[in-house]
Amino acid sequence: MSQPGAGPAVPSSVFRRGWRLIRLSIRTHPLAHATAIMGANVFALAVVGFTVVVGRVTDEVIVPGLDGGGVSRRSLLVAVATVVGIGVVRGTSIMVRRWFNMLAIARTQRTWRLAVTDRFLDAPLDFHRSRPAGLLLAHADADVEVATAMLMPLAFSMSVVLLAVASLVSLLVVHPLFACVALLLFPTLTVLNRRFTSAVEAPAALGQDAVGVLSGIAHESLDAVMVVKTLGRGGEEVDRFTEAARELRGHRLDVGRLRSGYAPVIYALPNLGILVLLVLGSWLVGRGSVSIGDVVRAMSLFSILTLPMEILGYMFQEMPRSVVAMDRINRVLAVSPEARPAPVPAVGERVAVEFDSVAYAYQPVDKGASRMGGAKQPGPPPVLADLSFQIQPGESVAMVGATGSGKSTMVSLLCGLVQPTTGRVLLGGVDVSDLGPDGAAGVVAPVLQETFLFADTVRANLTLGHDISAEEIDAALETVAADGFVEALSDGLDTVVGERGATLSGGQRQRLAIARALLRRPRVLVLDDSTSAVDPTIEAGILRNLRVAPGTRRAASDAGVPTLLVIAHRLATIRMADRVLFLDGGRIAASGSHEELLDVPAYAALARAYEEAGQ
Amino acid sequence: MSDGDLGRETETGDGIGAVGAFAILRRGMAASPELRSGMVFTALMALAVAGSKLLVPLTIQAVLDGAMTPDGVSMGRVLVLSGGAAVLVIGSIQLGRVTYFRLVSMAENVLYGLRVRTFAHLHRLSLAEHTASSKGVMTARVTSDVETLTRFAQWGAVAWIINSVQIVAVLVIMSIYSWQLTLVTLSLHLPLIPILRWMQQRQLIAYNLLRSRVSETFGVISESVHGVEVVRTYGYREPTRHRVRSAVDAQYRQQLVAARYFSLVLPISDVLGVAAIASVIGAGVWWGGAWGVSSGELVAFVFLSNLLVAPMTELGEVLDQTQTALAGWWKILNVLDTPVEVVDPVEPRPVPDGALEVRAEAVEFSYRTGGQVLRGIDVVLPAGASVAVVGETGSGKTTFVKLLARLADPTAGRVLVGGVDLRDASPEDRRRAVRMVPQDGFLFDTTIRANIGFGRAGSGDDDVDAAIDMLGLREWVERLPDGLETMAGERGEGLSVGERQLVALARAQLGDPGLLILDEATSAVDPETETALERALERLAVGRTTVSVAHRLSTAERSDLVLVFDDGRIAERGTHAELLESGGIYAGLHASWLGNTRTAGMPGTP
Repeated sequence: MSQPGAGPAVPSSVFRRGWRLIRLSIRTHPLAHATAIMGANVFALAVVGFTVVVGRVTDEVIVPGLDGGGVSRRSLLVAVATVVGIGVVRGTSIMVRRWFNMLAIARTQRTWRLAVTDRFLDAPLDFHRSRPAGLLLAHADADVEVATAMLMPLAFSMSVVLLAVASLVSLLVVHPLFACVALLLFPTLTVLNRRFTSAVEAPAALGQDAVGVLSGIAHESLDAVMVVKTLGRGGEEVDRFTEAARELRGHRLDVGRLRSGYAPVIYALPNLGILVLLVLGSWLVGRGSVSIGDVVRAMSLFSILTLPMEILGYMFQEMPRSVVAMDRINRVLAVSPEARPAPVPAVGERVAVEFDSVAYAYQPVDKGASRMGGAKQPGPPPVLADLSFQIQPGESVAMVGATGSGKSTMVSLLCGLVQPTTGRVLLGGVDVSDLGPDGAAGVVAPVLQETFLFADTVRANLTLGHDISAEEIDAALETVAADGFVEALSDGLDTVVGERGATLSGGQRQRLAIARALLRRPRVLVLDDSTSAVDPTIEAGILRNLRVAPGTRRAASDAGVPTLLVIAHRLATIRMADRVLFLDGGRIAASGSHEELLDVPAYAALARAYEEAGQ
Repeated sequence: MSDGDLGRETETGDGIGAVGAFAILRRGMAASPELRSGMVFTALMALAVAGSKLLVPLTIQAVLDGAMTPDGVSMGRVLVLSGGAAVLVIGSIQLGRVTYFRLVSMAENVLYGLRVRTFAHLHRLSLAEHTASSKGVMTARVTSDVETLTRFAQWGAVAWIINSVQIVAVLVIMSIYSWQLTLVTLSLHLPLIPILRWMQQRQLIAYNLLRSRVSETFGVISESVHGVEVVRTYGYREPTRHRVRSAVDAQYRQQLVAARYFSLVLPISDVLGVAAIASVIGAGVWWGGAWGVSSGELVAFVFLSNLLVAPMTELGEVLDQTQTALAGWWKILNVLDTPVEVVDPVEPRPVPDGALEVRAEAVEFSYRTGGQVLRGIDVVLPAGASVAVVGETGSGKTTFVKLLARLADPTAGRVLVGGVDLRDASPEDRRRAVRMVPQDGFLFDTTIRANIGFGRAGSGDDDVDAAIDMLGLREWVERLPDGLETMAGERGEGLSVGERQLVALARAQLGDPGLLILDEATSAVDPETETALERALERLAVGRTTVSVAHRLSTAERSDLVLVFDDGRIAERGTHAELLESGGIYAGLHASWLGNTRTAGMPGTP
């Protein structure tokens, strides 16, 4: 996701933040970075040293050997050995620099990735609910990559200073005039590079945006291909796409125009510099001020120095993107994790559920980065106004309400996933907020509307890491009438389900979710519309089992069945409950048996709708 | 039901293994003829860039040998030689500018053409190719595959061109100076090729493994985010944290493995390059006299060697990107070559207005890649009838219905609508007369009014209002936050599943087709919307022939005719009552439907 390329970048602030990011990265893994930078510095010295050697060899071996009277075998061997020697040093330093650079990057990425995912795990649920899942995943994945992209050329860039100094010194030693040429040439190159990079930034960003727009059109259009065909809108879709493709091409051509203007000059300038050196050097040789080898040395240096300019330019190019990505990561890390109150009060065995004047409002969903033709999310956020009710231990209660009346919100509050804006939620007399994060997990087991199964075996999904005996698992599966189909699976309990595994029908998934809840031996069991895809006869059987025999073996001291709260849209289910709570306008509008509630017009209307839907 | 070829391609480029790079290039150039005309610019540009670099060693040699004698330096000659070289370098800058931009323009035009043509072609393809699993693959062709090609065009392709020319030019000049020393250089540079190849292969394996680790990590993190509620309410936080950590660690370790090769490639080439220079110096000085090598030539040789190593290394690093890009190009070309099967008629026959009779005569259908779906379908659906089509998944009922809308052509037999073979009807007529409302209720990201308006080109606000009222949807519309101006959201996600269907039905009402085909949604719809849907469907069916792929009990019960599909044939046909009595497949389906949707017995009984 790129920022819209509106207006020129503000270089100074980006540079400052970039520098801060560099320091932070180095501090996170100092040893690896330091070694890489050391390797880069050795490389810088070896590069300059190599040109010195070549110069000496020219003077002492090449020229006398071919133009003069020849050289001794020994001098030749020494020369060759020296060249190879310094070449090996140079090569080794490259290896050190690259390896430790990659090591530093990999470690930094790991550190930041774990920091972000840890924060995800510990953040209050509102954080998750207020952001689309895709955005969160982008933080852990793309943002970490981009934030470290700037580190790739880091070690090399750090050594550029040393390289520049060493080169200047080397040239000065030969002859000050050579240093002058260098001082004219390389700053010019740097300026040209910087000008190019900043000029190309805007069209490049626009180009990236255009790619995003194009992808969006392609995705939407091809997803809807059947509708497009039946409506005969193929032509319009192609036009839309062509328009976007044209825009993209325009931006890319802008980039190309800039590059073709600058790049050939940037590449050719050092060569012109070498020719100047040649003329200058020849004149100085004629005057006897320098040797041929000295001129060769200076020219070699010039031919090697263009690459470092490019690397430095590359780092400046990546800096803005890395800084932006790091900002996004920092926003995640700034979220405070949920507080863990100590000590955790214990909840008794027989648990009553109480909602005491609970009010709750959702945070509006924030879509994050802009997408093409973005539309605002319609619909008002559901609100619980003054929700109060009590459920006795062992009671089974049905909660009924129209779509969007806040039933699922109530479930989230009950499980401690979110905190009420006002009022209290009590489990067995204990305020759920006092139980801390996941404190209610041992007490309440919800079966949510959307069944979520992990990409793992059936067994792993059912046990979720707890140690549960095979008998208990079998008993739970029997209770929910799932033992049949599980046995029929290719590997039984060890079959992998989820996205890449065996596909289960909606009803099968729901039954597994209920079994999973049962295996937690909950004192309160909540079913949020969790049998909608299950055959009514089977559903009736499951509910009966839950009332009479919980389906899990419990210790002898445990008595009674779990408190049961069912949110349902089927009359049969509703009728099986001891009591019905009617949720309307954010509060309990009525409570009693199903027949009693039929006197309430709103409830009767809902019941009628449910009845018709079932036929 | 098998996927089209498009769905079968692997993403790793393995499919091109047998084909080879040159075959792809040839095919690519045939598909984009602009490339051929661009060759001239390419050659000129390469000459400009490489030439400018090569002028340096050449000039050095000329000066050292020609202008520097033991008696002194002939500055005049130096100036002439260097000045001449400088002029050529400046000339090459200009040449480089012009040719590079022409190259970029050509490349961008080719890419633009590929993008648009592929997209248009994908829309033209028969719906048989567009299965659920292949959609993501196809979108990738138009987006990420072309982007990979773009990146390649910007860097890799240019690198190939310039570096190849440079290497050849360097070797030519070296040979002119001294073929013996050239052999020495080559003998030390050539081992670089197999070494680089070997490293590149290992690197590829390591990177492939890294990609798997990355997607595994992504999967684990994704689960922890999507399943956040289950993780918390089931006390699964710490195990999840552990799982994420393991995945991140595994990725980290593999990153280091991959980094190994990366950090070795350049040093090895560098050292070999230096060894070559050392050998050239050694051999050149020792035997140079006998071989006729001057000091200027030897110095030039050292500079030329530098110009040899860099391109070879860069080519080594570009190989990977090249492979991916070529594979992408191949896949794009495959799409462009997929035949368009539903061809429009040359002389169309008009389709009558009003409710249409539908006739299928000896219709058969198989996918292009094999797998026969329909065998010998013969049926007449009377005009104005409401027909329910039922059957298990894979029985062919959905395919049959798609043929009625001419989303594909039968492989044998013919389909007549209103007495006209569908293949003879013009596309406009066809779309007016036959309308299909698919399962998933897709809406475009605009107002509901606009979405309904798509139902007929040139329709106005009054028409939309009329359609809404006709179907009894006014009440529902009024309950929406902005009425008809409510935005549907991307893919219609601002509305519930049921509501999307309501919009699709209104759209169909606006289109007023003689034949309406409904592919019913299987997902649960909230009860309030369900009633509105039922009513709308009833009203929509008036005055036209309706064919529904039924998933609701009530649809089959209410229809005039039920067709039961089984294994590609119509196994049973008749009214609901008739079929129940005969106790066949339909009766069985009905019984299991019953169990799923109705409470046993009459309302009011426990």
